[in-house]
Amino acid sequence: MTAELFVQYLFAGITYGAIYAIVAIGFNIIYNATGIINFAQGEFVMLGGMISITLLPIMPLWLAITTAVMLTMVFGALLEICFIRWLENPSVLRMIIITIGLSILTREAALHIWGESIRSLPYFIGDEVMTVALFGARISPQVLWVIGACGLMVIGLNIFFQTTSVGREMRACAANRRAALLCGINTRNMVTLSFMLSAGIGALAGCVMSPITSTQYDIGTGLAIKGFTVAILGGLGNAMAAVGAGLLLGILEAFSVSVLPLAFKDAIAIAILLLILFFRPHGLFGSRTAAGLKEF
Amino acid sequence: MLKIRNLQSGYGKLKVLKNVSMHVAKGEIVTIIGANGAGKTTLLSTISGLLRATAGDILFEGQNLSALPPQKIPPLGCVLVPEGRQIFASLSVEENLILGGHPLKKTGKKELLRQLERQYALFPILKERRDQYAGTLSGGEQQMLAMGRALMSKPTLIMMDEPSTGLAPLIVQDIFKVIVKMRDEGKTVLLVEQNAQTALQVADRGYVLETGKVVLQGKAHELLEDVEVKRAYLGKDYGDFYDGKS
Repeated sequence: MTAELFVQYLFAGITYGAIYAIVAIGFNIIYNATGIINFAQGEFVMLGGMISITLLPIMPLWLAITTAVMLTMVFGALLEICFIRWLENPSVLRMIIITIGLSILTREAALHIWGESIRSLPYFIGDEVMTVALFGARISPQVLWVIGACGLMVIGLNIFFQTTSVGREMRACAANRRAALLCGINTRNMVTLSFMLSAGIGALAGCVMSPITSTQYDIGTGLAIKGFTVAILGGLGNAMAAVGAGLLLGILEAFSVSVLPLAFKDAIAIAILLLILFFRPHGLFGSRTAAGLKEF
Repeated sequence: MLKIRNLQSGYGKLKVLKNVSMHVAKGEIVTIIGANGAGKTTLLSTISGLLRATAGDILFEGQNLSALPPQKIPPLGCVLVPEGRQIFASLSVEENLILGGHPLKKTGKKELLRQLERQYALFPILKERRDQYAGTLSGGEQQMLAMGRALMSKPTLIMMDEPSTGLAPLIVQDIFKVIVKMRDEGKTVLLVEQNAQTALQVADRGYVLETGKVVLQGKAHELLEDVEVKRAYLGKDYGDFYDGKS
């Protein structure tokens, strides 16, 4: 493999990896707040892309994306308020089945609204054929948008969780929900907020990736599986490990194309998921003892 | 300050508290002693709103707490230091304390910082370890952190659930010194303990809880002398009384 080809594969891997990482962070934020996996996470990505595409004819691109992200956040909050919030001590299994149901519902609703056609946002800068030279490889500027946007989201989330008082309260809820209640923190609002946050970052990822990967009503399922793999790979609940695991999966997938037929790309992710569940269920970066204490 | 009338509470169909009535006056330390499963923790959980009372009233400074959700109770000045500390292990010591000051949010940052300094003065070890993860503290330090966190919101009533569990006797003494200090500073303390001896020594009054009912109440020094209490909770059997050893 030539050096140029290597860099080319690497960037393709990082692009997809960054998106997987964002989906996985979305999983982790909700997992930390509620202890459940929200299987509707992939649908947030799809909605972000679809809504912005729909809004594009009537407003400039940046406004369409902002509005799409806002609307998806409202949608995330509504899901939580309508279907999760009022449950008294629901079991993990029940909550998971609810989120799977919501995922199917959202997908089918999207099918009715937008149809089966494959759409996409225009490239933010230039067009499909425009490329920039980087380390000898030729890369679409949109790739840099995806990597940049995902990188900024990760940094932004870190700042939010580490320095703001709401971020601190959300971490407190994740660390010990009962104690958070005893400190006077409204933990239910924190759960709603975690859904909004996950929906927001998912939607933004859906917008920036749309020009490269296109958006269709059912892209959420695939992304949810990849994102789930990454979340498990990094160690469930560990948002920053998800970044490393996401990039790892993206790069593995990209390089697998050079040795295996393209059709096996998704099989790589599933194979990793199975291996990790069998041999390291606490993830690459997680601790075994902490995982042992988890209910799920 | 705190009045409880005919309180009933429990988990699902299991009734733990059966018509418990008691009161705590301003500025006193009241202790509740009793064996495992007597309902001590259930009582505190119900007062702090974690459990819903099935009957009866909990009046705190005239306000009925029994219908309030748990997060509305600390802002009224009534906080619980829960059993097993329940600190935020993955957060730093200072963050734990700041979170305890959550009910002060509306009064501004200055007050929060002032309270933070007060807790550091009360527990100097916490200042030394302010940037450490709370989960890395020793058991005694964690108990101090849990108390500091509760004191951050300037409560008037502080409820403590088994603060001495799992701690070395010397540390237990330190903890109880702080409890007396809190009372001397004008706070009211409701103390639940299995370590009846130590609890009764610092308390003004006490209640003995047995299978969800108050079976005995009175001044702490009277309870210390009570034959039944001595036998059941202070580890002396009837033989000691006959031999005149007590």
